[in-house]
Amino acid sequence: MQKIGVFVCHCGTNIAATVDVKAVAEALKGEPGVVFSTDYQYMCSEAGQNLIKNSIKEYGLTGVVVCSCSPRMHEQTFRKAAQSAGINPYMVEIANIREQCSWIHKDIWSATEKAIILGKAAVAKVQLNAPLTAGESPVVKRALVIGGGIAGIQTALDIAEAGFEVDIVEKQPTIGGKMTQIDKTFPTLDCAACILTPKMVDCAQNEKIKIYSYSEVADVKGFVGNFTVKIKKKARYVDEDKCTGCGICTEKCPVKNVPNEFNMGMDNRRAIYIPFAQAVPKVATIDANYCNMLKNGKCGVCSKFCTVGAIDYKQQDTIVEEKYGAIVVATGFNPIKLDDFDEFAYSQSKDVITSLEFERLTNAAGPTSGTLLRPSDGKHPHTIVFVQCVGSRDTSGCGKTYCSKICCMYTAKHAMLTREKYPDTDVYVFYIDVRTPGKNFDEFYRRAVEEYGVHYIKGMVGKVVPRSDGTLMVQASDLLSNEQLHINADLVVLAAAIEPDKSARSLATMLTASMDTNDFFTEAHPKLRPVESPTAGIFLSGVCQGPKDIPETVSQASAAAAKVIGLLAKDKLTCNPCVAQANELMCNGCSSCEKVCPYGAITYSDKEFRMPDRTTAIRRVASVNEAVCQGCGACTVACPSGAMDLKGFSNSQIMAEVDAICK
Amino acid sequence: MQVKETNEFKPKIVAFCCNWCSYAGADLAGTNRLQYPADVKIIRVPCSCRVNPMFILRAFQRGADGVILCGCHPGDCHYTTGNYYTRRRMTLLFSMLDYLGIEKERTRVEWVSAAEGAKFAATMNDFVATVTKLGENKRLEDLRCKAK
Repeated sequence: MQKIGVFVCHCGTNIAATVDVKAVAEALKGEPGVVFSTDYQYMCSEAGQNLIKNSIKEYGLTGVVVCSCSPRMHEQTFRKAAQSAGINPYMVEIANIREQCSWIHKDIWSATEKAIILGKAAVAKVQLNAPLTAGESPVVKRALVIGGGIAGIQTALDIAEAGFEVDIVEKQPTIGGKMTQIDKTFPTLDCAACILTPKMVDCAQNEKIKIYSYSEVADVKGFVGNFTVKIKKKARYVDEDKCTGCGICTEKCPVKNVPNEFNMGMDNRRAIYIPFAQAVPKVATIDANYCNMLKNGKCGVCSKFCTVGAIDYKQQDTIVEEKYGAIVVATGFNPIKLDDFDEFAYSQSKDVITSLEFERLTNAAGPTSGTLLRPSDGKHPHTIVFVQCVGSRDTSGCGKTYCSKICCMYTAKHAMLTREKYPDTDVYVFYIDVRTPGKNFDEFYRRAVEEYGVHYIKGMVGKVVPRSDGTLMVQASDLLSNEQLHINADLVVLAAAIEPDKSARSLATMLTASMDTNDFFTEAHPKLRPVESPTAGIFLSGVCQGPKDIPETVSQASAAAAKVIGLLAKDKLTCNPCVAQANELMCNGCSSCEKVCPYGAITYSDKEFRMPDRTTAIRRVASVNEAVCQGCGACTVACPSGAMDLKGFSNSQIMAEVDAICK
Repeated sequence: MQVKETNEFKPKIVAFCCNWCSYAGADLAGTNRLQYPADVKIIRVPCSCRVNPMFILRAFQRGADGVILCGCHPGDCHYTTGNYYTRRRMTLLFSMLDYLGIEKERTRVEWVSAAEGAKFAATMNDFVATVTKLGENKRLEDLRCKAK
C-alpha cells in the first residue's frame, strides 16, 4: 500500500471561493493509503512546493496527489518537486479542481462534492502508480522552416545565427512572401523592399541556410528531435544551378498573356518568368499551365536563347528526404476572396480593388510604375473610398468573425500616402471602429486625420453601384450624424479580411498540430507558450497562428527561433515514459497491436519460455520500442488477450478512477 | 461539511477526454468560466483510442448514468489515427449497449478541439440534460458494487 499525501491548493480565491478546500482536505484523509492531507494558499509557490517536499520526507510518502489547476499547467512543477524530495516524479497525480471544477460551478456545495470525488479518483489512481523512468532520444541538430515569408526568413536567420543548419521550404518560386508585394510599411513608412530584400539575400548567402523554393512538404514522420520530412521539389523546368537569372528567356518567351500574380493579376507576365527583380533564388520558372512547349511540344524559344543551357523541359518533380530536430510553421496568410460580397461590386468593376491591389498600384515595381491610376481607364482618380472590415468581424457567414488586425493601419497608410502624393484627391475611409494599438500606431492614424485631412466616417458601405459614366456610386450611412451618404467615387478600395493560407490545413494534419475553427494554428498556451504548438517540436511563426502586423511577426519569428535553438542545443531529449508495454506471458503474438500502431513501434520476436511442465517453448511475442512509442494506447484496446497496457494510464488505473467517480 | 438534502435526480456522468484536444477544450471552458453541471467528472486519457470498452462497461456496472467520450476532430488526432479507432469501436459498443438496454442517449462520442471551450460546455450541458431526462441507469448497474 502506498503512503499518499494530499495537497489541496486554494489558488488564492480561484479555487477557494467556490470549493471548500478544508472540507476537501478533510474528506480525503479517510481514503485508503492517505497518511497526510492538507491545504495551502498557493501550492505552486516556493513555499507550497516546500510543503510538499517536507511532507514527503517527514511522512515517508510514496505517492502525492495535488488538487489544484489543470495538469497541463503545473504537472511538471509538482513532479519536479517530488523528484527533488527523492520520490519518482511519476508518483504524482493532479486532481483538476480549478479549470474543471471551481471555475465552472457557482454552487459551493456541488463544487466541493465534485472536488472531493476528483480527489478520490486521483488517490485511487496514485495507489496503482509505478515509478517510471524516462528514456532518452538523440536530437537531430537541424531545423525546418515551412514558409519563406518575413516570418520564416527571420526565424531561419536567427537559428542559423546560433550555428544550426536550417532549411526553408517555400512553395512559390521565390522567398519573401506577402511583404514583397507591399509598398511602404506602417508606421514609419519605410519601403518594404528596402528592409526585406537584404534579409532575403542574407538567407541565400548564409552557409547554414538552404532554400527549397518552389517546393512543398509532402510528408512528415517522427517526433520531436527526430522528424523525417519528405520535401517535394516541383519541376520548374529550369536547372537552378545553371540559371544565372539574366532574364533573356523572360523577354523572348512568346506567351505574353499570363496574369502576373505578383501584381495581383493587374498586368501580364510570360510563361517563363522571374517573379520580381530581387527574387531569391533569382532563377526562372516555367509555368507549365501556359508554356507552349510543355503543353503541345511546339516552341522551345527559351531554350534557344538561354546561354547556359539551363532550360530542361523534361524535369520532373523530385522528392528529397531530410531529417530535422524541430519544425517551424510560417505558412502565412492570404486576403479572402471577395466574390461573395456582391454589394461592393468587386467582380463587376475593375475600379473596385483590394488593398493589396492598391499596394501594387502605388509601388514603383507595380503595373503602373507607382503612379496611382484607375485600372479601367488609366486616369487619375479624384475621389477614393476606402472600406474597412470587408469580411472581418463579419457574423453574417460570408466573411470571418475575427478582426484582421492590420487593416486599420494599412488603410490609414494608404489614405495618408494618397493625400501626400495627390493633394487634390478626396479620400474617404468608412470604418466600424478604428483599432490602432501599437507603438506609434495611434499617432500615425491621427496624422492621417488631422494633418492629411482624410475623411474618416463611422459606418459601413451598403452598396457600390458602377455607373455608365465610369464612376462608382457609393451608398453608405454615417452613423455619427445618422445620415445617408452618396459619394461619387472613382476608385473603391476594399480592406479584405486575411485568412490562413489554404495549405495550412493539410500541413496541420501531417504535423498533427492542432488548429482552431478558423484554421489558425493553436499555440500550446495562449499567453505563456505562444510560439509553440501543443505538439512537441513544432513551433509557430507569424500569421499562421493569428493575424499580425510585421513588427509582431518578426518578434514572434525570433521567439520561435529562440525556442528552436533551445531545443537543438540539447544533445538528448527525455522521452515520455508513459508508453505501451506488453506482458509477454499473456501475449499470443497475434499482431493485432502492430496493425493499429501509427508509429510502427511494435515488433515481434521469438522468445524462449519455461513452461509449467519444465519444458521450454519458443513463442512469438510483441515488444514495444520505447523510443518510438508515443503512448496513444491504441494497441492496449486492440489486444484481445489484454497483454498490452499503457504505463501511467494503465487499465487498472483508469478502472480505479471510474470506480471512484461512480461510487 | 453540511450535506444538502435534495430529492432532485443528479446523474453520474463519466467523461473520457483525450489529453490533446478535449481535455484542453475542457480547460478552456474553465478559463472562460463557461458553466456546466458538476455531475460531469472528467478522466484524462492520452487519446480517445485509449478508452477500452471495458472502462465504459465498468462505469455502467458501477452505476454511471451516462458516459461521454471526447476526442480530437477526425483528421486532427495528435496520434494521427487514434480517433478513427474510437469512432469504429464506439459505434459497435454503443449499439451493443443499446441492445442490452442502455439507451443510445446515455452514450456519446463528441469531437471537441482544444479551441472549442464553448462547444465543450454546450455539449456537457446538453448531455447532462439528456441523461437527466432518462433517469437512473438500472439496466447494467450491479447492486453488489453499490457503496454501503
